[in-house]
Amino acid sequence: MPRNPQLNAHGELQHLLSIEGLPREVLLQILDTAHSFAGVTERDIKKVPLLRGKSVFNLFFEASTRTRTTFEIAAKRLSADVINLNVAVSSQSKGESLLDTVANLSAMQADLFVVRHGSSGAPYLIARHVKPHEHVINAGDGRHAHPTQGLLDLYTIRHYKKDFARLTVAIVGDVLHSRVARSLVHGLTTLGVPEVRVIGPQTLIPAGVGALGVHVFHDMRAGLKGCDVVVMLRVQNERMDGALLPSAQEFFRNYGLTAEKLALAAPDAIVMHPGPMNRGVEIDSSVADGPHSVILPQVTFGIAVRMAVMSIVAGN
Amino acid sequence: MKILIRGGRVVDPASGRDGVGDVFVADGVIAAAAATPDRVIEAGGLVVAPGLVDLAARLREPGLEYRATLESEMEAAVAGGVTSLACPPDTDPPLDEPGLVDMLRRRAGALARARLYPVGALTVKLAGERLTEMTELAAAGCVAFSQANAPLTDTQVLWRALQYAATFGFRVWLRAEDPWLAKGGVAHDGEVATRLGLAGIPAFAETSALATLLELVRATGTRLHVCRLSTAAAVGMIRAAKAEGLPVTCDVGIHHVHLSDMDLGYFDAQCRLQPPLRTQRDRDALAAALADGTVDCAVSDHTPVDEDHKQLPFDEAEPGATGLELLLPLALKWGRERKLGLAAALARVTSEPARVLGVATGRIAPGAPADLVLFDPEAPLRVTPQALKSQGKNSPFLGYELAGRVRATLVAGQVVYEA
Repeated sequence: MPRNPQLNAHGELQHLLSIEGLPREVLLQILDTAHSFAGVTERDIKKVPLLRGKSVFNLFFEASTRTRTTFEIAAKRLSADVINLNVAVSSQSKGESLLDTVANLSAMQADLFVVRHGSSGAPYLIARHVKPHEHVINAGDGRHAHPTQGLLDLYTIRHYKKDFARLTVAIVGDVLHSRVARSLVHGLTTLGVPEVRVIGPQTLIPAGVGALGVHVFHDMRAGLKGCDVVVMLRVQNERMDGALLPSAQEFFRNYGLTAEKLALAAPDAIVMHPGPMNRGVEIDSSVADGPHSVILPQVTFGIAVRMAVMSIVAGN
Repeated sequence: MKILIRGGRVVDPASGRDGVGDVFVADGVIAAAAATPDRVIEAGGLVVAPGLVDLAARLREPGLEYRATLESEMEAAVAGGVTSLACPPDTDPPLDEPGLVDMLRRRAGALARARLYPVGALTVKLAGERLTEMTELAAAGCVAFSQANAPLTDTQVLWRALQYAATFGFRVWLRAEDPWLAKGGVAHDGEVATRLGLAGIPAFAETSALATLLELVRATGTRLHVCRLSTAAAVGMIRAAKAEGLPVTCDVGIHHVHLSDMDLGYFDAQCRLQPPLRTQRDRDALAAALADGTVDCAVSDHTPVDEDHKQLPFDEAEPGATGLELLLPLALKWGRERKLGLAAALARVTSEPARVLGVATGRIAPGAPADLVLFDPEAPLRVTPQALKSQGKNSPFLGYELAGRVRATLVAGQVVYEA
């Protein structure tokens, strides 16, 4: 297999494409850097000059509000110039190829591309074609990876649980289509979490997922037993009413997180969700808004984590 | 024109002959005795073998000339030592009318390179609904009937097509893939696809379709050639079907005996193939079955794809790889890895596919057509876009160094390529 394309010749982060294959030290460096930025976001003047004069292009081939906004905030707090491109409704619909779009933006002196694309691996293709001083951050590609989400999940877990080496973590729902789940699994196993579980119906658990180092549960109650962290995944509306799931109601009955099911987890368990939530589909409102929920802090941490990733990548 | 090919290592898989000697060519056929030759080709240090017979090479004509032309691909064929090739019907329009087949054969004949054997469409427009005029197409030169990679979802139509073909003794060449189970998939459904987040095609998409095909062969007696096996389980089913005496043959794409889904690496679109590359276990089973004869022959599955359609995210990239010029070195590599003799290895790309095709080429015997390849089995071949004559530069083997270089190719006693 070729060299990991996101690391430069010195083993430093040139692009952030996936958590898979990142050394533990790199992950910890990002989390530590994010911790140092957490203070910045609470100051009156929420800016540091690390990326002053740099241009960050938010290149979203797939619609997104939240992720794009948090990247924009993170870039602005680093004093970068941010250009948002909603490519889903511009050049691609005119038939321009992905690489042509990137080449054109590159000619506009981009320093950093934040890319979201519906096809798994698209950011790898871009990273292979950008100039040496340009960097690519994957903001979600198909079902493959969403590394900054995975990192902010890790940050959140570390914030509340401190020691990764003693944790049991469950990821519940549509694992098959989830880039969030894949990124988090790689991060958790790299940081030494001894027990990672995925919970869902067979239709939503991908083939051979055990090879990623997880245990598969189809019975949610059994899977939640003793968990310190419960990560609920969003179930896309278009997955309902088809061959994968009969209905939202039936999904909620079997895999929705309720207070009653959560009681099977550890007493101090935290509940996470990458958003946007489907209340009453994968999570009950009493849990989403309850004392175990850390869903809103996740969003806050996400900005510090994205600042950390951008500053590290652009600094290498 | 009389040609003496002198002092080469003559390897004839059909007879098992393997030894230094002379080959004499007169009037387009292999001759027994030497008269005064018009030309002498010194073949010292070279292997003299039957020209390769490739059962699957897309030439992209008619309709897809921006990907490749008959000129470019016929030139690639003879540069690769391929002297006979069968082209699948998935052109634009598909080969479902005698006029198209006739035109294609005329154009190929005028080029005087490799022999062309068109495979006709089994259904009109390959749409899987209406049967083509098979006897008309056969009269125009079609050697078999196929759906290429197009699905035939309606098993009623499949059954009737096989019955109809059997009526006239036509061969049917089909891939075994359940289109519903394969729907949306771009890679083998397994650990690698899960890790990369690619939609999977399960192995049982192949075996369940193959089970249906074998049942229909039992019912209809159709002579079936199963194209591009990709799974170990399907190999087992073919082995059992042959033991049972069913009139079944099969082939494997040469890439599939060398590569597995691990080679996708970080979304290498050159490894996007149809059927998908499967596990190392499947690859090893295919390589072994090709050696023991369960799989009758290896094909290039030559599919020129232009750069614009490969420089895309993996799931958007067009499947396929160029192969005409790599079939020989990749077959030699497979033979070396399996520790086969040269004759046994070459049989899978010469005499055996000729048998499936039902033609007299693929052997070196007096009176047989003088389709020959002279190659240096040790000469290194670095696979680069510039080294390939095909308009398709798309290969998982780009950058590899393979062994085996063609020095000369003869078709019907004429030298059509020399390097």
